[in-house]
Amino acid sequence: MYSYWDGSLFEVSANVPEIRISQSAVQTDPSPGDRQAPPGSLAADMSAIRGFLLSRGNSAIADRGFHWLMVLCALSIFGIVVLIATELVRGSQLSWAKSGFAFFVSRFVDPDTRLPMYWDPVNGHFSALPFVFGTLVSSFLALLLAVPLAIGLAVFLTEMCPRALRAPLAFLTELLAAIPSVIYGLWAMFVLVPLLRVYVNPWLIKLLGWTGFFNDDNPTGLGFLAAGVILAIMILPIISSLTREVMNAVPGSQREAALALGATRWEMISMGVLRNARIGIVGAIILGLGRALGETMAVTMVIGNTPQIQRSLLASGSSMASVIANEYAEASSDLHLSALTEIGLALFIVTIIVNALARLLVWAVTRGAPASAQ
Amino acid sequence: MRAKFRTAADGLATGLAVLSTVLVVTPLVAIFAYLIYKGASSLNFAFFTQIPKPEGELGGGMANAIVGSGVLLGLASLIGVPIGIGGGIFLAEFGRGTKLANGVRFTADVLNGVPSIVMGVAVYGLIVTPAMPFSAISGGVALGIMMIPTVTRTTEEMLLMVPHAVREAALALGVPNWRSVLSITVKTASPGIITGCMLAFARVAGETAPLIFTAFGNSNWSIALNRPISALPLEIYRYAISPYDDQHRQAWAAALVLVVLIVAAVSLVRFVTSRGVLKGAS
Repeated sequence: MYSYWDGSLFEVSANVPEIRISQSAVQTDPSPGDRQAPPGSLAADMSAIRGFLLSRGNSAIADRGFHWLMVLCALSIFGIVVLIATELVRGSQLSWAKSGFAFFVSRFVDPDTRLPMYWDPVNGHFSALPFVFGTLVSSFLALLLAVPLAIGLAVFLTEMCPRALRAPLAFLTELLAAIPSVIYGLWAMFVLVPLLRVYVNPWLIKLLGWTGFFNDDNPTGLGFLAAGVILAIMILPIISSLTREVMNAVPGSQREAALALGATRWEMISMGVLRNARIGIVGAIILGLGRALGETMAVTMVIGNTPQIQRSLLASGSSMASVIANEYAEASSDLHLSALTEIGLALFIVTIIVNALARLLVWAVTRGAPASAQ
Repeated sequence: MRAKFRTAADGLATGLAVLSTVLVVTPLVAIFAYLIYKGASSLNFAFFTQIPKPEGELGGGMANAIVGSGVLLGLASLIGVPIGIGGGIFLAEFGRGTKLANGVRFTADVLNGVPSIVMGVAVYGLIVTPAMPFSAISGGVALGIMMIPTVTRTTEEMLLMVPHAVREAALALGVPNWRSVLSITVKTASPGIITGCMLAFARVAGETAPLIFTAFGNSNWSIALNRPISALPLEIYRYAISPYDDQHRQAWAAALVLVVLIVAAVSLVRFVTSRGVLKGAS
């Protein structure tokens, strides 16, 4: 640090004439008001003096170059999104030209067995319907399982938890978010799926088999249910930590007011906190949905990877991300590759919309929070 | 009667909150316990020193995958860290409050949510098809792109926490603006910025999906940048879906090594951010 200062002081002494000019400018400037400018607007308050100095100093070129370099870095983020989008559109041209929007809804019938058939790379039949179905079913199943638990956890951590427990529990859930998805997949393959196969599935079939959602014609344990459970475990931390964030943004006076009116703790939480934070919580849930829709490895490892549409949650299926992971590297034809790229494009568009929506909702709550808290 | 009902509802809600906490913590503990148990019992010296044996043979290790992961992450950091920090500097120092900055910030958040597999598909089309077949470079680019939004956002947050007096002091001494930003502001915020880079690093260290068709994997020694290269998460995936018990064993060992790396990085981050000025970093 100090070694640096020596160098800069040297530079300063070389700049003395410039500083003198600026001092005379300060004295003649009739508006000293920009000294009281709010601290948040350093870059914005380009006063006359500063503009003068920046344009005159012997570092003006370097400064401008640095500025534009940083702008370039920032613009590269736009560039990346645009590149990804154009590349996906270009790659999916072939498939789009062949089937258009029907790609996402059509189905074929196998001439021999008379069974519906969706995805047949060998004969060039491509329909994304079973993958869209698989992604939606596994994601909504995951939300169904994760949302109540995540909100319960957030309520416990922000409103009920003893202080000593709070930090370790929050840290544990953060760790859960740091584990790579392939390790969730590994655990799901060797622990979760056998558990489901031996204990949970027979019980579900016996108890709820009459609904038609639980059939026992898939003895492997791999399928939508396994994918939904592991996805639920994976999106829990993100929903829970964002819910905590928006709950913390609810001003404490709301809680105090509810308690002062004689509310029990639960009434305080439900009326004072959850009600005020509900938009942000919806945002958190949508963000979790975005994660679930695009999650690849864990789902690929437990969903069974068969392109079919079944009513039963215990049946094996396939999701949009999992079919790309499975087939992209060894696609059999250009059309096959293009069809997979089109699935990727659909995933890209859907996750961008979902994420943008979620961010807007979370921002809407947390941004206004500090103002209303005072 | 009414009071009793309200007390009961309160108790029920408390019970449900505690129950859901238990239900969340259980799988976490189960995953960690099983991972440590399986991983520790499968780790041995050969794992770190040998390359994989042909399928079905016992023994062998993942030395090539460990080195390969290092190469890929190094490449990714070369791309992701400078661009990410540059973007963060723009957001915090130059573009504060402008429409462009808001747009960049929003795009970074959205890019953060794009599924990693989609990144892989795009990089495949941009680099693998036209330029070179499956290679370490394309894998590194895919991971590097994924690091940029995280690094940008944490750098911005950290720079915003640097007091204005520090910047003003530097400028008042006649230090050029670029020098003041790099040597004063960024240097003051450097623990936090390093934290952000570590978080991004930990995140991409476990990424598998974009590597399947960019880096592709390699069962021999290779650190050539224009050839397919092996990586730990890829090997975990490949071994997990193989039919051999010995490969499952090695998958668990690799998973343990990977998780220890990531948890060490995250805990370090936690330790650095929990002491002193730089609170609020994720």
